[in-house]
Amino acid sequence: MDEQAPAAARGLWRDAGRRLMGNRIALAALGVIALVALFALLAPAFSPWGYDSLDWEHLALAPGGRAAHWLGTDRLGRDLFVRTLHGVRVSLLLSVLASLVSLVIGVLWGAVAGLAGGRTDGWMMRLVDVLYSLPYLFIVIILTTLWQRGSIAVLLLALGAVGWLTTARIVRGQALALKHREFIEAARAVGVPAPAILLRHIVPNLLGPVLVYATLIVPQMIVFESFLSFLGLGVQEPHASLGNLILVGAQEMESAPWMLLVPAAFLVVLLICFNFLGDALRDAFDPRER
Amino acid sequence: MPSIPASAEAAAPAVLSLSGLTVTFDTPRGCFTAARDVTLAVERGECLGVVGESGAGKSQVFLAVMGLLAANGRAHGSARFLGTELLRLAPAALDRVRGAGIGMVFQDPMTSLTPHIAVGEQIAEVIRRHRRVARVEARAAALTLLERVQVSDPERRMRQYPHELSGGMRQRVMIAIALSGEPRLLIADEPTTSLDVTVQAQILALLAELKRERGMAMVLITHDLGAVAGVADRVAVLRAGSIVETGPVAAVLKAPRDPYTRTLVRDTPRLDAGTDAAGQAPGTSAAPRAAALTLTDLTVRFGRLTAVSAVSLELCAGESLGVVGESGCGKSTLVRAALQLLRPSSGRVVWMGQALGDLPKGALRALRRDLQIIFQDPLGSLDPRMTVGEIVGEPLRVHAPDLERGARAAQTAALLHRVGLAPQLASRYPHELSGGQCQRVGIARAMILEPRLLICDEPVSALDVPTQQQIVTLLAQLKRESGMCLLFVSHNLALVRQLCERVLVLYLGRMMELAPSPGLYTGPRHPYTRELLAAVPIPDPDIQPARLARARPGEPPSPLSPPSGCVYRTRCPYAAPVCAQRIPEWEQLPDGRRVACHRWRELPVSDSGTAVILRP
Repeated sequence: MDEQAPAAARGLWRDAGRRLMGNRIALAALGVIALVALFALLAPAFSPWGYDSLDWEHLALAPGGRAAHWLGTDRLGRDLFVRTLHGVRVSLLLSVLASLVSLVIGVLWGAVAGLAGGRTDGWMMRLVDVLYSLPYLFIVIILTTLWQRGSIAVLLLALGAVGWLTTARIVRGQALALKHREFIEAARAVGVPAPAILLRHIVPNLLGPVLVYATLIVPQMIVFESFLSFLGLGVQEPHASLGNLILVGAQEMESAPWMLLVPAAFLVVLLICFNFLGDALRDAFDPRER
Repeated sequence: MPSIPASAEAAAPAVLSLSGLTVTFDTPRGCFTAARDVTLAVERGECLGVVGESGAGKSQVFLAVMGLLAANGRAHGSARFLGTELLRLAPAALDRVRGAGIGMVFQDPMTSLTPHIAVGEQIAEVIRRHRRVARVEARAAALTLLERVQVSDPERRMRQYPHELSGGMRQRVMIAIALSGEPRLLIADEPTTSLDVTVQAQILALLAELKRERGMAMVLITHDLGAVAGVADRVAVLRAGSIVETGPVAAVLKAPRDPYTRTLVRDTPRLDAGTDAAGQAPGTSAAPRAAALTLTDLTVRFGRLTAVSAVSLELCAGESLGVVGESGCGKSTLVRAALQLLRPSSGRVVWMGQALGDLPKGALRALRRDLQIIFQDPLGSLDPRMTVGEIVGEPLRVHAPDLERGARAAQTAALLHRVGLAPQLASRYPHELSGGQCQRVGIARAMILEPRLLICDEPVSALDVPTQQQIVTLLAQLKRESGMCLLFVSHNLALVRQLCERVLVLYLGRMMELAPSPGLYTGPRHPYTRELLAAVPIPDPDIQPARLARARPGEPPSPLSPPSGCVYRTRCPYAAPVCAQRIPEWEQLPDGRRVACHRWRELPVSDSGTAVILRP
């Protein structure tokens, strides 16, 4: 009533995009994430140092830019600026990819289980329970002994294998609640085939909570990767990830705080941005939000 | 001092007098006025009916009086209760007025009761807040109250939890709680809206009786003119937050002056003056027609619960059949099983010679373009993430996948126009529409494939009275134009009469009576049909109070343990020993109607149905 209907075409994704672009905080968060990613990708090329090159003359150098070590060096004289950005690259790649993998598997698995119901649902969710109850470190150790230790592909597999379980549970719960809503019944009465009901009606309606969860698992994945690195199962030296940089830095906290602060600052900024983005995405995918 | 109508004040102080009451809400999108300059009075021992559609602000006015507005709401003006100004009362003083001075009964008795405390204790607790009495005395008083509000088996009910009671019993408990402070004024906000007609009549009768007995003033907030006609002395009609008409109930209902009130009175369907659907299409029912839909011994069980038991019926091409009964009688389950949205436990559904249960999935899906359904919840049956255009066009995507996007949009727009919606609405989301508009979208979605059978599952029960009438008119028009069959499920017998040629009465999942609608309404054969018809409120203050006084007690027993023999016998005034022993046959009467009753031959036949409806 208050405004004449705009002639512009509307649709779930288009509207969500428009609403997201209208949210200044979300835009800022998205911009910062993109900036950090871009920086991590391009900036190391401008430094004379490589991520694994040692500078014996400047061990544990404080930030200040001497000898082009803009953010200082670690105990072995490796450039912290380059290493941190290298770590950001590895961590972002691993966590975003792992989140996507776990999201796709989890959403499909959970939605199918919830929609199918009955025995199918029972078996699918029991499998999730069994995987849940296996100590995931075993899975990771088995995977890493079967293949190369510390390889990105194996880590991705390990992180993804753990992540989708929770997503599947959340999605199944949502799907169960949605299944009995009248609009799903209406779709069935019209004769919409089950896969189309799943993709056209169920999935869009559970995207809200799932997207929030997804943006929460990205930071979780970063943290989980650092834990694996700590056990020697994650990214291996001389490669760096935010996780193992922070762990090393934590040990030097008293004598050389910058070793902790530099990677931690990047992590904190990324985490905050992902959380803001998640919140904005939830709002964007709810047409009732204005 | 603002001037108060001095004459009324001096003569006999009104129990409640509102003058210039305005209710506003601060919202992020600006200030919203829910009620504007409402002035009215409720005298001692009087019942004021407050009528209006949803969103008219009728609840907000009285929530403001009780100091129960939402946090962003504000009330201006004056609301005096026995001379005390309520709007500027301190919270503690207001607390004393609430309950002890003014009792309140809300629409949904389930959410108004605490789920984990036994109802007896809940009533006793309120009594102990009002009077300093011992626990035992409070319990005794609670029991007396439960007896007074005619709760069956009150001793046992005292120990039960809210979810163990039926909706009607819960509402009685709410009334008992409202009475526990012995209030001077009872405000009942849509107290019977979520209840069945039969229970509705019982609750309204109880309220009328309590009012008389205690000399208590009462405010009955409702959208149902029938309820007002039975209980109220005076009526105030609210529209968009303002009072458009007030006056004695007879004057307002019989000779409304305001145009809006006139629409309201005209659009309220009347059982005693209804036009029959069969009458509109004379001769059609006489000619033998081919059966389009045949149900044979259809039974649906959910575990131990038998929701639908051996229902058989035939729906002829182009015919409209009504299915009526109280909630829980299995009418929704029946139509869902007919559409194979639920798998029947036994029995057959045959559509145009094809048994739907035997069809492979793909064939059934293709057949669905002939069989469409409209749901009860207008908003809930539309996907909240889809635009109206996508919703209405979805059946085409399924059944005509080759259709181009543009052609689909054109057909969608044509259908929107046909159901009376502006084509621009195609880009809106369901939550941006009103209830009536949502239901039109649901109808457009069902009609876009030009179905040959349209099932309507309580399509208007969630809508306001004028909107109900519009939707029913639309359905009748669509049916005339397309010649489809209509299966209309409703608990509103007056509406069914307008739309349907034949009516099936269900009780606890069993068929009670099936008859052409003129015959059913003028001369019901089954005692249950008689009870249903007698409970339908008639918006006429001359006859409705007397009808209300004859409301019969009783509610349907649990479908988990149905009575032996005839399931209706526990409520039937004519029950005989044979009724408990044998299940009555589904007998065909000489005039073609069918009845399941042992005693239909002995029961008085009424030559004119209005006699049964209007006189004892």
